Amino acid sequence: MSEIIEKHMTEKQHPMASPGYQKWRLMKDKLAAYGVTGGGLGVIVAIVLIFFYLLYVVYPLFVAPSAEPVKTYSVPVVASGKTVFLSMEEQNEIGARFTDTGHIVFFRIADGQPIKEEHIPLAENQTITSFNHGRLDKGVFAYGLSDGSVIVVKTHYKVTYPDDVRLITPEIQFPLGKQPIQLDTQSNPLTLLTLRLGEDESTIVAATADGRLMLSHFIREESLFSDEGDFERTDTALDIDASQIAFMLLDKEQRDLYLANRQGDMMVFDLTDKTAPKFLDKQHVSNGGEITAMEFLNGELSVLIGNSKGLLSQWSLVKDEHNHRTFEQIRAFKVSDHPIVQISPEQRRKGVMVADNTGLVAIYHTTAERELIKQTLPAAISALSLSPRANAFIAQTIDGKIHFWHVDNEHPEVSWKSIWGKVWYESYPKPEYIWQSSSSSNDFEPKYSLTPLVFGTLKAAFYAMLLAVPLALMGAAYTAYFMAPEMRKLVKPTVEIMEALPTVILGFLAGLWLAPFVELHLLSIFSVFIVIPLAVLCFSWCWQYLPKSLRQSIPAGWEAAILIPVIILATWFAFIISPVFETWFFDGNIKMWMKANWGIGFDQRNALVVGIAMGFAVIPTIFSIAEDAIFSVPKHLTVGSLALGATPWQTMIRVVLLTASPGIFSAVMIGLGRAVGETMIVLMATGNTPVMDLSIFQGMRTLAANIAVEMPEAELDSTHYRVLFLAALVLFVFTFVFNTLAELVRQNLRNKYSSL
Amino acid sequence: MMKNWFKSGTPWVWLNAAAISICLIMVIGLVGLIAVRGMVHFWPVDIYQFQYQDGKGEKTIVGEWVDTVILTAAQAKEAGYPILNNADHLEQRLIKTGNRDLTGMDFRWIDAQYIKNEQTPEDLIKIERREWGNFYGRLKAVKENGKIIAEGDAAYPEVLPRIDHARYLYEQIEHLQKKEIGAINYALERLRLKQRRLELEGALDEQAKQEIAREKAEYQQSYQKFRSQIAKLNQAIMRDSLVAETGNGQTVEIPLKKVVNLTRPNAMSIGQKTAEYLRQFYAFVTEDPREANTEGGIFPAIFGTILMVMLMAVLVTPFGVIAAVYMREYASQGFITRVIRIAVNNLAGVPSIVYGVFGLGFFVYFLGGNIDELFYPEAAPAPVFGTPGLLWASLTLALLTLPVVIVSTEEGLSRIPKSVREGSLALGATKLETLWRIVLPMSSPAMMTGLILAVARAAGEVAPLMLVGVVKLAPTLPLDGNYPFLHLERKFMHLGFHIYDVGFQSPNVEAARPLVYATSLLLIMVIIGLNLFAINVRNSLRERYKALEN
Repeated sequence: MSEIIEKHMTEKQHPMASPGYQKWRLMKDKLAAYGVTGGGLGVIVAIVLIFFYLLYVVYPLFVAPSAEPVKTYSVPVVASGKTVFLSMEEQNEIGARFTDTGHIVFFRIADGQPIKEEHIPLAENQTITSFNHGRLDKGVFAYGLSDGSVIVVKTHYKVTYPDDVRLITPEIQFPLGKQPIQLDTQSNPLTLLTLRLGEDESTIVAATADGRLMLSHFIREESLFSDEGDFERTDTALDIDASQIAFMLLDKEQRDLYLANRQGDMMVFDLTDKTAPKFLDKQHVSNGGEITAMEFLNGELSVLIGNSKGLLSQWSLVKDEHNHRTFEQIRAFKVSDHPIVQISPEQRRKGVMVADNTGLVAIYHTTAERELIKQTLPAAISALSLSPRANAFIAQTIDGKIHFWHVDNEHPEVSWKSIWGKVWYESYPKPEYIWQSSSSSNDFEPKYSLTPLVFGTLKAAFYAMLLAVPLALMGAAYTAYFMAPEMRKLVKPTVEIMEALPTVILGFLAGLWLAPFVELHLLSIFSVFIVIPLAVLCFSWCWQYLPKSLRQSIPAGWEAAILIPVIILATWFAFIISPVFETWFFDGNIKMWMKANWGIGFDQRNALVVGIAMGFAVIPTIFSIAEDAIFSVPKHLTVGSLALGATPWQTMIRVVLLTASPGIFSAVMIGLGRAVGETMIVLMATGNTPVMDLSIFQGMRTLAANIAVEMPEAELDSTHYRVLFLAALVLFVFTFVFNTLAELVRQNLRNKYSSL
Repeated sequence: MMKNWFKSGTPWVWLNAAAISICLIMVIGLVGLIAVRGMVHFWPVDIYQFQYQDGKGEKTIVGEWVDTVILTAAQAKEAGYPILNNADHLEQRLIKTGNRDLTGMDFRWIDAQYIKNEQTPEDLIKIERREWGNFYGRLKAVKENGKIIAEGDAAYPEVLPRIDHARYLYEQIEHLQKKEIGAINYALERLRLKQRRLELEGALDEQAKQEIAREKAEYQQSYQKFRSQIAKLNQAIMRDSLVAETGNGQTVEIPLKKVVNLTRPNAMSIGQKTAEYLRQFYAFVTEDPREANTEGGIFPAIFGTILMVMLMAVLVTPFGVIAAVYMREYASQGFITRVIRIAVNNLAGVPSIVYGVFGLGFFVYFLGGNIDELFYPEAAPAPVFGTPGLLWASLTLALLTLPVVIVSTEEGLSRIPKSVREGSLALGATKLETLWRIVLPMSSPAMMTGLILAVARAAGEVAPLMLVGVVKLAPTLPLDGNYPFLHLERKFMHLGFHIYDVGFQSPNVEAARPLVYATSLLLIMVIIGLNLFAINVRNSLRERYKALEN
């Protein structure tokens, strides 16, 4: 035999048996092994990538901001006078130094080289007695003169692109005319002034050396031909002694005037009627020291006050329930133990930079209550300017040097507290949890509290689970243990189809069909929850008294099929009787009745609708896993129990459910994971208002729906964008943890079964 | 007695049975609701004429009776509706009155208590228009070049062939505008980009400039040709018009250019209605949407969905299968593999919106942004791939459905009996050969199942697509006759998003609602069909392996 084979092989060697081919086969095998391993690992890496990419986008939110010195140089053109104010232009290329002699020195920020020098036109007898800035982002400044007049200047940076290179040219303008405006008719020197210019009206308030407070209001007159000079002017004198006043601020609406003396007595006036200023409130604001600096926070709704003990406090006019505004402290930061001498607010966010008299500078974000940066300069600071984009600052120290620093501070708005805690936002009467992410205006205070969204997510999931868990688990127990195999073969695919239904369709039906339906038949919906169980119990009670022949015509395990008409009839019955009950007990309208008696409002797209629709979506998930767990309980356990005389129900409860309980637990966990992450249903079936209200008749906004709504509009790499990624990360981690837990439990269960 | 009965646990069993019954009723009810509402959308319903007299005087209301709501007296009172004769309920009917150009609304609610009489006269017509929604009323006359050529009863037979003619002309104009001129515009844009590219590379010499100018001139010339053709057609299409009268006797003249379809549903027999039904359904799946998606067809959405799903299938299958093969056949079955398996299973439970966020951040902004920088510098600052589009949507959904394919394939691989593998190896086959010739073919139905489930899932998924490439109205299909034919960077329309957008974002939700039901029905049928198919494949597969194992 073997000889024959040998002969056969030697005579006619198959080409595939050649050693070269064998080598090729083995090589192919090896290559495939590498290929598959590489590919498989690649796919798994891609999966892991999701998590790390989310983390990568979120990470910058939590990076500590930093600042580093770039250059130090001597104050440019010392001869032009002492610096009273420094300002920077948008691109951090050009700075402006305002001096006490009325000169404006523009210089290159990078090296301090002077570019241009302007000066305000002064007559022989005029000297500068006071200086203040208007809105920082508009570049408006005003000089009060010794003869009671005011001159207003505006810096303007013209940007051109000769040869595709950016060129910025500074210039000054006189928005109220080049001629000084005579504010005080008695020609006393102006010791203090504040102003705001608007499109159509402008207001200047000034204190004179003899202690009077003058207000001038200018309304631009309609003129087709000229931009300047045509103003209708109203003068008013405020009836207070201005000699003590050291700080004066007027908000951009030209409505609220804040006056304070060094001792900390703050007075607020309402200037809505410019001819009759109204006293609003008086507070002591110094926090146990003297006021050393005072500025507006961006948006000019809050006043920042620095005192001699190194405390920076934020104050704002807060409306009480009678719509009366009082001046209250919102929050405070301890900067150092030394007097705060400079406050320079950010121009686009709610951040602020301060300096004390030892050379310490610090940047804070008010909403987030974060201390972002703290650095020390070699000498005390006499002037400070944070750039418009808040990515650099220049500071002049008393030794005549200007320090130019870069600041890296992209996302100051986010802190643990601003995301999860109650925050006292501007114009709100008290600290609250609010999500309100975007607005067109720079002055807007973004409100990034994820708490109401997480609350909404959990609320939606809770109501969904309330419906889904009992239905799914009871259905699973019956299907796995009592149902006839033939019927089970029909039920399982139906539930799988239920799982496959697109959520957009469920959401659409919930929003456009179910929500109006529930609104119209509210009581009927609730009565269904009572009528159906009662009807089923009644029917089953009657069932045992039916003639035996009828009962036996239906095989065991088909109860669910018989119940279908019963339940439909019961539902129909509930809808018939509910209007009657509504007329008897609820004056014919349960919504009005609830509103009148319990104060419960009704929102058409509410948690009830979401609960039903999302419950529907979650049932199949829970059902499939629970049914699987119950069905695979080893048969000998149940048979043993039955043999010992337990009824099928007792066996079910005491043996089967107990054995399968880890599987049931994991089913509920996975169902919860699905409910938490569901997007389309909540997006369409709720009003998407981020309220924190547990009521079943109110809507909510969930994390997932919020992402779907806001993500397309979020600017790339902005704080808003990253916070939305954070929301996605929260969802990811939440579901991942729950699913892993469920999966581990399930695997353990499987091992247990196999050992049984 | 009662106590014993409760003790036996029978009522609890019945209650448990009730739970599954409720689930079944809900599923069947939901599918039935969508089926009924979706299917009636195309049925030509009768047009009613109501003599209506409320406090403001008598008028005639003509329209389709869409819905009826019955309010209890108290509910009516809350809503502020007066009730006559102390009735205990109030019946309100929703009538689609059309004629939005005249009245400013498509629908109105009327109180049944004010209706003096209702009729369905045979001469009432319904005109589907290209603008302003439907018109309901009576046909009075047909005009050609402003002169009346048929009046009264003669008008109806006269107008039908003219409408067909006008529609034919309209389609020609559409074709010229979209296909021909669209192609020219596309070519001109490519020329512009080519010029810009050469400029950036510094290779834009005189010769290239002339070449481009010459090509541009050619395109301009054919553009002019098409324009004059269109002008001619436009003149021809404006020839005819019809005169119609509303229920209240107001006369309007409607140019036939604006007419899509004119019917007299009240005069139709069942057979005619069926024919009209089929025609409407055909138009629904083959035509473009009109009037901000609230009317017309959904062809671009169907097309976009299918194309996206196909691309996704091409992407997900190899990766899913390779990953499954690795985990089941190559990786050692230890702790790590267990962890990986848990992770993959978990990914199926990660909310789809998270995939959308990842897709937007990683694919669109990161990958797309870099691709633009490297390969399309000439298009800057307009993004090419750095903006949501078809490719990114397909990739995102491929990632989303990857776990489905992996899990399903793995299950298939694990069901193949060891004996089969061992037999192959014993005959001297290498691992790869066993895999390639024996294991994979045997498990191909399992892969198929996974793929079908993935496709079904992808077809119904909306949330991530909203972030990575779906739009409410795409001007062009992602597949057309312009090189390179398949435009992966384009945005596309999708059935699921269409439902969301039309149902919730459109200005005229009431008018669009039947259309949303019809779209839902289509989507649901596709998804249920795919799922049933997958379930069948899987079941027969299981039977086969059972047979093998024994």
